[in-house]
This record gives sequence, structure tokens and C-alpha cells, in this order.
Amino acid sequence: MSQGRFEAGQRVRIDDRTPPVHHRVPSYVKGQIGLVERVCGLHPEPEKCIRGDGKPFQRIYRVRIPQTDLWQPYEGTDGDNLEIEIFEHWLEPAE
Amino acid sequence: MTDHQGHDHSRTFQPDHPEPISDAARVGLALRELLFENDHYTADEEQAVIAKMQGASPENGGKIVARAWTDPDYKRRLLEDGAESIKELGFELEPYEFTVMENTDTAHNVIVCTLCSCYPRALLGMSPAWYKSGSYRSRVVREPRAVLSEFGVNLSDDVDVRVHDSTAELRYMVLPQRPAGTDDWSEEDLAAIVTRDSLIGTQRELAVR
Repeated sequence: MSQGRFEAGQRVRIDDRTPPVHHRVPSYVKGQIGLVERVCGLHPEPEKCIRGDGKPFQRIYRVRIPQTDLWQPYEGTDGDNLEIEIFEHWLEPAE
Repeated sequence: MTDHQGHDHSRTFQPDHPEPISDAARVGLALRELLFENDHYTADEEQAVIAKMQGASPENGGKIVARAWTDPDYKRRLLEDGAESIKELGFELEPYEFTVMENTDTAHNVIVCTLCSCYPRALLGMSPAWYKSGSYRSRVVREPRAVLSEFGVNLSDDVDVRVHDSTAELRYMVLPQRPAGTDDWSEEDLAAIVTRDSLIGTQRELAVR
């Protein structure tokens, strides 16, 4: 799948904002940097659906974050990962 | 509580049904009635969705897994586009994407929904109660190896853990490894050894019966 703002393998940062509406980004991944594991399809944006603003579609990406970045201390190996679906408007390119 | 015919009523008491409902449940019921009244959908359509979900079970996952084990080309399609490839077996999970994660000698996958309890219900039926518990949902992302060992899955350090947090419009299933000694088994027999927990990832080894 193509035409998204990001591509597989790209480093991205998940935004750490907290909008006062329903959103699907759990706080434990906010502000984290990961790699795009794969580019997924277009889906209704939760923040707008909940306000009744129609169903604007946004692309979803699966983002892979090393567990050792998420948690300190972490009981596991450097190869352990957390993978999570994030909508495009929550992502920024990261160095 | 006085003893009465040898049993203690303080422990055998069962609350009447229906139990008192919460304000949130009342709002839900009112919303449902409004959706009917305003022709968003009909009670018959609702019933059909419920019937479909009740008809779903982990056996469906077993059929998908067995096909993937016996047909490498199908496995490739399944891992690339789960939603499309399960249609070949008569299943569908729209509007969700269906993402199948393959266990290997060096990787173990486990599924969770930390925000609520997303699960491919229309395909695999109801999720187990522990899948919805706050304990599983919070702990399996923070200490997956400890949680897995409580399920009897003890991973060595040469196996990476991939925890998949199902937060939005994707639904997940683990493709467990085919057990040794099943080379000459039929697809049907293979499907029968696949368990619900192996599809979530809280079981790694399948028992060969």
C-alpha cells in the first residue's frame, strides 16, 4: 500500500498531546519514537467521529517501539518490541 | 445466618435478574431505541449481527491456521492481507483489517488491547474474560515475559517477544507454529489442535492429541 505520508522502515515520533475527546493513542506510547512496521489502510478518525463531524479518513501505521525504550527497567531482551496502530495525524518524522 | 437444611444462605444467595442497571447502560439502551426509531438500522439487522457473532468461534481460526500450515502460498497471502485471504475460506471481518502474526523459532507474538478489549470477535467469538481484565491489559505490555510464564509459556532469551496492542481498526490473530510429527496429518485434523489461547499468543506449543 502506498500514498501515505510515511513508509515502512521510517522513524517516526508519536505526538504527546492529550485532546479533550476520545482518541485511540494510549498514554504509554505518547512521545515515543519507533519504526513504521507497515503502512495500513484508511480508517475513520476517532476524534472527529465522536464529535459527529462525519467520518474523515486517516491512514493508519503500525509502529514498532523497542520495549527497552518504553520501560526502565525492563525484564526481557533488546529484541523485544511493542507494536501499535497509530493514525497518521499523530505521527511526525523523527531523526 | 442460621443453618438451614445443611447449607448457609449467606453463601448460596443469588441476586435476582435483571440486576440493577447503571446510568451508562440506560443511556446505551436509549441510544439503541433512537437508532431504530430514526431508521439507522432495524432490530432484524441487529439480531443478524448478534447471531453471526454467536456463530463465531476459535474453530474458525483453526481452519485458517491449518490452511496456512498446509498451503505455503495461502500462508503468504494470509500474512500479507489477512482480511482478503480469509474470504477464500468463507470468513470476513469487515470493516476491520485482519493482521496475522507468525510465530517462529525466534519470535513469539501476543495480542492485547490496552485501551479496551478489541478482539476479532466476528471471527473467533467472544474473548476470554481475562483478555478484558485490567490486569492482563496493563501487565502484558509492561512485563510480557512474566505474564506469558504465568500462562505456561517460558521463553528463552533467543526468542523475541512481539506484543501487539490492538488500538484502532486492526484485529489480530497469531499464527502458531505447526507441531513436529504432524507432517502426514489432514488439514481437518490439524485445525482441531489449534486452541483459542494459541491464537492470542498466551500458548506457544500445541498439544498433539
